[in-house]
Order: sequence, then structure tokens, then C-alpha cells
Amino acid sequence: MSRAALLVLADGRFPAGGHAHSGGAEAAVKAGRITGTASLEEYCRGRLHTAGLVAAAFAAAAVLGAEVRELDSAADARTPSAALRGAARRLGRQLLRAARVAWPTAELDALAREFPKGAHQPVVLGVVARAAGLSAQDAAYCAAYECVSGPATAVVRLLSLDPFEATGVLARLTTEVDRVADRAVEAAREVVAGAGVDALPAASAPLMEIGAEWHAGWAVRLFAS
Amino acid sequence: MHLDRDHHHGPVALSADAHRADGSRRALRIGLGGPVGSGKTATVAALCRALRDKLSLAVVTNDIYTREDAEFLLREAVLPPERITAVETGACPHTAIRDDISANLEAVEDLEDEVGPLDLILVESGGDNLTATFSKGLVDAQIFVIDVAGGDDIPRKGGPGVTTADLLVVNKTDLAPYVGSDLARMAADAKAQRAELPVVFQSLRSETGVTDVAAWVRERLAAWTA
Ligand SMILES: Nc1nc2c(ncn2[C@@H]2O[C@H](COP(=O)(O)OP(=O)(O)OP(=O)(O)O)[C@@H](O)[C@H]2O)c(=O)[nH]1
Ligand SMILES: [Mg+2]
Repeated sequence: MSRAALLVLADGRFPAGGHAHSGGAEAAVKAGRITGTASLEEYCRGRLHTAGLVAAAFAAAAVLGAEVRELDSAADARTPSAALRGAARRLGRQLLRAARVAWPTAELDALAREFPKGAHQPVVLGVVARAAGLSAQDAAYCAAYECVSGPATAVVRLLSLDPFEATGVLARLTTEVDRVADRAVEAAREVVAGAGVDALPAASAPLMEIGAEWHAGWAVRLFAS
Repeated sequence: MHLDRDHHHGPVALSADAHRADGSRRALRIGLGGPVGSGKTATVAALCRALRDKLSLAVVTNDIYTREDAEFLLREAVLPPERITAVETGACPHTAIRDDISANLEAVEDLEDEVGPLDLILVESGGDNLTATFSKGLVDAQIFVIDVAGGDDIPRKGGPGVTTADLLVVNKTDLAPYVGSDLARMAADAKAQRAELPVVFQSLRSETGVTDVAAWVRERLAAWTA
């Protein structure tokens, strides 16, 4: 059990399929909502406080031992877009594949057996974090950070944005990531203290859901979501 | 490391495991990489036509822009549509075949589950640079396809694709006279880079077409199932 496992799990190069997903940024760029550094920052901030908060809370709840099936259906209920549900399950499956080699445990094998086509990525992330000996807060950080680092990396490729500027965006959002991770862990504690999965946040970003459906229908695109 | 190798009834395969969850041997996976437009898709199509009567085949494409290559294969009707899958690569085709192979592994495993049993899965990379190679976690052997029109100095330049691929294909030899490429020089340079590793010169516009590459694939398959 090592805290440095968090660095392994949160590394953008962790081979769990994330590189092919833009976190909605490809649709937002095409729609003209992300055009440069400032709008990337606003997009990431919006995503962090909605999808990011939800993902972080689910990941934290999974670490604390909330029932995986219940979490997975609660994640479905919070994801109106079928395209986003599909992407979340694909990413969950891919994360589990990498994690089963990195931190081989019976629990991860069981999860793969129970969800051969994947469970929602944040739920898998929580179970994986626990297998790696990490805490609920570590998992929440990982989920919250991923939800902004994904779009930032994608926009570097989509708009040829200066990579230093994109990294600056991430650096400016770190205190907000702290706050989101704290709120997520609070909610996750309520879940396991008896309130159940209804205590998990349900913040949503309708434009991102709509954008995901639009994106999934394109004949030509660079990113899977 | 690979749990399923120790007990063949594990949950689902991880990466290069030779056996599937039910204990059966999985299909041989061959990757085709190489620069943009060198003839990867045309070679895949010709291989499918040459091998599909005797073998159960499937193809995974990694387009830079989704579906271009998959749609070509569908249009040419080289295989039924359920045997062709396209993977999105997030603008980084080499990442999807080397650094983070998860989406491709998912595609090959789903093909085996849905249309299997399969003998052979061809994985075409999106057109990339001379350093792009497939991970051993994804494919069992790789073919690097270059063409004579991309410049006859490519074998001399080397790079991991030219130097280490299990088979180097120099395609479009029919164009050599028109672009002034010296095939003898390309062959000598390839030999110098690759020592004993095989090289095939082919023109898909000629009578013999993909014959040599198909023979190499059959040899690989014989070794895999032996
Ligand atoms: N003259 C000639 N043309 C060929 C030959 N093989 C392929 N081509 C043509 O070359 C062009 C590119 O072939 P593709 O098979 O699409 O090349 P590719 O490597 O799959 O290209 P990307 O996937 O875009 O990187 C097509 O117009 C083919 O018809 C050949 O042996 N001779
Ligand atoms: Mg092609």
C-alpha cells in the first residue's frame, strides 16, 4: 500500500483508453464554445462542478464500499445521454483491464466477470483505487482531475492550443479540484452512513449531454466522445 | 502478470493472453502499419479476398478520421459488415496501437465473442510516421507497408517500422518507373536494415498481387496453431 499509487493511477499516460476521448471538448470546439484558453478554462470549470463532482462522489463511494451494482445504476440514472453512458462503460472496461494487470486482486477479477462490457468508469475507478490501497479522497481527486485534464489535452490537439496555456488552465483549477474532491467525499460518507446512493450528487450539464449525442452522430470525428 | 495464463477460466482476457476466457485458443492477430496512403487498406482487402474462403477472418481499422478505411472495406464487400470494426484514435494513431492499446484489445475481443471462432484478425493502423509500431500486447506479428512513391530512400532511413517489423512490404512497384524509384537500391537498403527479416515487393495492380504476403500470413498461422 503506497500513496504513490495515486501518481500511477492519475498519470495521463495510464493506459486506460482516455487518450481517445475528449470529454465533450470535440463537440464544444465544433460548436464554437471552446475557441482558446479562456473558453477552455470556462468549459473545464463547468465540467468540474457538474460531471466532475458526480464522478468524484461515485469513485469515493466505491472506495468506501458502496454496492457496485447500485452505484452503476445510479450513474446510469444521472447520465441522460446514451452516448455518454456507452462511453463511460467503455472507459470503465478499459480501466479495469489495465488495473487488473497493475494491481491484480480477486475483487477486480470479480468486477470484470460481473460487468464483461464494463461498469461506469468512476465506479470502476473507486474499486481500482481501493485495490491499489488508496483512499476515498484519493479516488475523488483522481476522478475530478481527470474530468478537466481530458478536455485540456484534447483541445491541445483540436485547436493546436499552446500546451503551456492548457497546463496553466489545469493549474488555475487546482483549488477548485480540492473543493470538489472534499464535497464528493462528504457525499460518499453519507451514502455509506445509511443515506444510500440517493445522497450522491446529481449535478448535470445539459449542453454536454446534448453535445455528446450530436457528436456520436458525426460521420467523421477524431475522438470517441 | 497475466492471470488468465495460469487458469484459463479467468473472467476475461487481459492483453496478449493466447487463450480466451473459455480456455479456447484465440485468433492470431496481425498488425499492418506504415505511412499514409502506402496501401495498408488495399493490402488488407486483398488478403481478405485471398484468405476468406479457407479462414474465418475479421478486421479492425484505426482511422485517423473514423470509419474511412472501414467504409472502404465495406464498400468493396471483402467481408460481411459484422466482421469489420473501426476504432477511434483521438488524433494519435500510434498511441492506440502502442502506448494505450485498450480500445483495440476491446475491439478484437468483441469480434471474437460476436462473430467467432476466428482464425485471424487483421489490425490496420491509421497512416502514421516511420516510428509507429504495434505493441506485443496487441498483435502477434506486424507488417510494415511502405510504397515506392514515398521515396526510395525510406528503407535507408530505417526507423522501428522498417527495421523491426516481422514483414516489410514495399508496395506499388508498378509505379517505380514513373516516380524514378530504384527498386534494387530499396532492396539493398532494406536488407542492410533488416538482416534476415523478410521483405516483399508487391504491386496490387499486378497479376500476382498479394500472393507473397498471403503466403507469409499462412505460415504465421501454421506456426500459431501448431
Ligand atoms: N498503383 C498502385 N496503387 C496502389 C497499390 N496499392 C494501393 N494503391 C492505391 O493507393 C491508394 C492508397 O491505398 P490505401 O490502401 O488506401 O492506403 P493506406 O495505407 O490504407 O492509407 P491510409 O489508411 O490513409 O494511411 C489507393 O488509391 C490505392 O488504390 C499498388 O500496388 N499500385
Ligand atoms: Mg487505410
